[in-house]
Amino acid sequence: MTSTNADLPLKHVPGHIKHDGHNLTGFIIFLCSESIIFLAFFVGYSLLKITSPEWLPEGVEGLETRMPLINTVILVSSSFVAYFAERYLHKENLWGFRAMWLLTMAMGSYFVYGQYVEWSELAFSLSSGVFGGTFYLLTGFHGLHVITGILLMGLMLARSFRPNNYAKGEMGVTAVSLFWHFVDVIWIILYLLIYVWQRTS
Amino acid sequence: MTTTKYDPRVLKAPHPVPGAPDNWKRFFSFNTDAKVIGIQYIGLALFFLLVGGLLAMVMRGELITPPADLVDPSVYNGLYTMHGTVMLFLFLFPVLNGFNNLLIPTMIGAPDMAFPKLNAAAFWLVPVFAFVLLSSFFVPGGPASSGWWSYPPVSIQNPLGHLINGEFLWILAVAISGVSSIMGAINFVTTIIRMRAPGMGFFKMPVFVWTAWAAQTLQLIGLPALTGGAIMLLFDLSFGTSFFRPEGGGDPVLYQHFFWFYSHPAVYVMVLPVFGIFSELITVYSRKPLFGYKFVALASFIITFLGLIVWVHHMFYTGTPQWMRNLVMITTMLIAVPTGVKVFAWLGTLWGAKIRLTTPMLFVLGGLVNFIFGGITGVMLGTVPIDIHVGNTYFVVAHFHYIIFNTIGFGIFAGIYHWFPKFTGRMYYEGLGKIHFTLTFIGATLNWLPLHWAGLYGMPRRVASYDPEFALWNVIASIGAFMLGVASIPFILNIVSSWARGAKAPANPWRAIGLEWLLPSPPPAENFEDDIPTVISEPYGYGLGKPLVEDEEFYVRRSMEA
Repeated sequence: MTSTNADLPLKHVPGHIKHDGHNLTGFIIFLCSESIIFLAFFVGYSLLKITSPEWLPEGVEGLETRMPLINTVILVSSSFVAYFAERYLHKENLWGFRAMWLLTMAMGSYFVYGQYVEWSELAFSLSSGVFGGTFYLLTGFHGLHVITGILLMGLMLARSFRPNNYAKGEMGVTAVSLFWHFVDVIWIILYLLIYVWQRTS
Repeated sequence: MTTTKYDPRVLKAPHPVPGAPDNWKRFFSFNTDAKVIGIQYIGLALFFLLVGGLLAMVMRGELITPPADLVDPSVYNGLYTMHGTVMLFLFLFPVLNGFNNLLIPTMIGAPDMAFPKLNAAAFWLVPVFAFVLLSSFFVPGGPASSGWWSYPPVSIQNPLGHLINGEFLWILAVAISGVSSIMGAINFVTTIIRMRAPGMGFFKMPVFVWTAWAAQTLQLIGLPALTGGAIMLLFDLSFGTSFFRPEGGGDPVLYQHFFWFYSHPAVYVMVLPVFGIFSELITVYSRKPLFGYKFVALASFIITFLGLIVWVHHMFYTGTPQWMRNLVMITTMLIAVPTGVKVFAWLGTLWGAKIRLTTPMLFVLGGLVNFIFGGITGVMLGTVPIDIHVGNTYFVVAHFHYIIFNTIGFGIFAGIYHWFPKFTGRMYYEGLGKIHFTLTFIGATLNWLPLHWAGLYGMPRRVASYDPEFALWNVIASIGAFMLGVASIPFILNIVSSWARGAKAPANPWRAIGLEWLLPSPPPAENFEDDIPTVISEPYGYGLGKPLVEDEEFYVRRSMEA
């Protein structure tokens, strides 16, 4: 089998499928199943918080919220930047896309840095009862997704410099920015659950 | 190779890896052809059926006498844990993924899966996690022995203090299996949604494709929840967290919710494709259109939906409040409605038909009888009072083996025989097949029917020794189990010898209707290549005289010439 896509005759191409959007379909299905892992963690967190006899470990008053708030603002705005990057790409303005994309990556990296600073200042650890475990699991798992997102963006950025692959890159960019919006929405829920809910309870 | 320029008008799966071998060696290579991957899955799964069966043989050997004399009780715990895990994760899921790979692209007229490389990667994760799982026999402390459900706090005890222990490897293996299944599910669902042949609307898809779609949707919804739970369990076991550890404020019952939210629907993941196989085969061998096709197709998704909201019936006796038990009891019993729709549709198809009793049809009919029996005990177990009475007895074991082996296993054998000529290009030996069926049916009945009574009289499960009053039931059950072991001999003989030297199979040996039967046997690498047929009528038009696709003669002639 040495045939490539370009060699194939175009007859009998099904009329109702206009492009090979199955890549994007597959990615959206993947995101749906990913969101269920997070849903499982959120439900677990909420149930444990409601039912646990002891929640905060001894000597811990609560979480510091200033840094996470800055982080939230940065991450949410980076989602808009990613959207503009995609817009530039659709208008075939490659340099605009690259600049915006780089800005998104920088904001994501700042978010990871912020989380690192926050983690290193915390007075409890993974094994400090149920609170420590849930806190580190939720923020850590989300942070892993942010790092993955930044790596994927780097891949798309590198791809945009390769000739002849512009259109494929565009599909990937749509997928990665969807991923980024997804990570963003997950963070908002996480922020409400972990940082806002602790104050009201 | 010319440079590949992206052309959005071409609907074509990426071509196989260049240089992939084209002989038997391809079944041992990273091949991206869905048909090769399907056979890889089925072959590997059948190997692990033998492994899991061997573990079961040791268990039945132990249970043939009341005291625990053959193996140590702690070894017995490891045996039933590994038997369950091997059978579910290394036999049933892979074998059904094999069917999905063989049948979905050929049945919907797609050249291949939507993501061929992802497909091959998903397959090659199976041997990886098989290795991880089975290597647990050789670590200090032995394999995981807290059952395939792995409930905390039993499963998060780590008495030896090693990081790498049987339980750790078990969770790791299940996690890799989950990744592999999710990759498969994304692939199957995308393929079904996006790559159907022109003219094939959803209500022109064969029922197998419907059921596979419904089952893979369940995988996508349920499996991530189990993965979430498994990550927490792994952290509890190895890194000192307390999600499920009561002394740290955690909740062991929460794990049961995560576990059963997936593991109850997992039964439907396995049984739904078998319903599809039943529907395909019953129409072919009774030569009638499927009675109530649209209802049978839609019932798959109703089962999917109901399957997702009934998991609490596994937890009737773990402190579940009464109102929730009642609610779950009702929804559990409701599943009998869409299931009954399917059963009556099959009976309606069989009604007054001239039935050909070939080996696959015998397996279907045997499986159907067993399924009706297992379904009834399922409704019984769904009611709170009966479940509380017999929940931890052999009645449950008998019930789920009636579903998992006597229905799903039979359906898998039926499917293997039915599509064997199509995908290997050789006919199997009918006589050996019938010997296999007879031994399997008698063995399975002897094995699990008596255990219903043993359970009702109160024989507990998961124990190596039991009260002598249950001895007779267990002797009969063990004889049945050994008979099932013997039944694998004609099966293996049949598969190996017919594949090597069987008669060449024609393109359509059963005179069946369906896109896969318009292909030569075995189908070429990219199925229809660029001549994808246009579907014009519903499937299962037996006796109606309507062509399935436009210009059907062309495809029939081509499949004959090849």
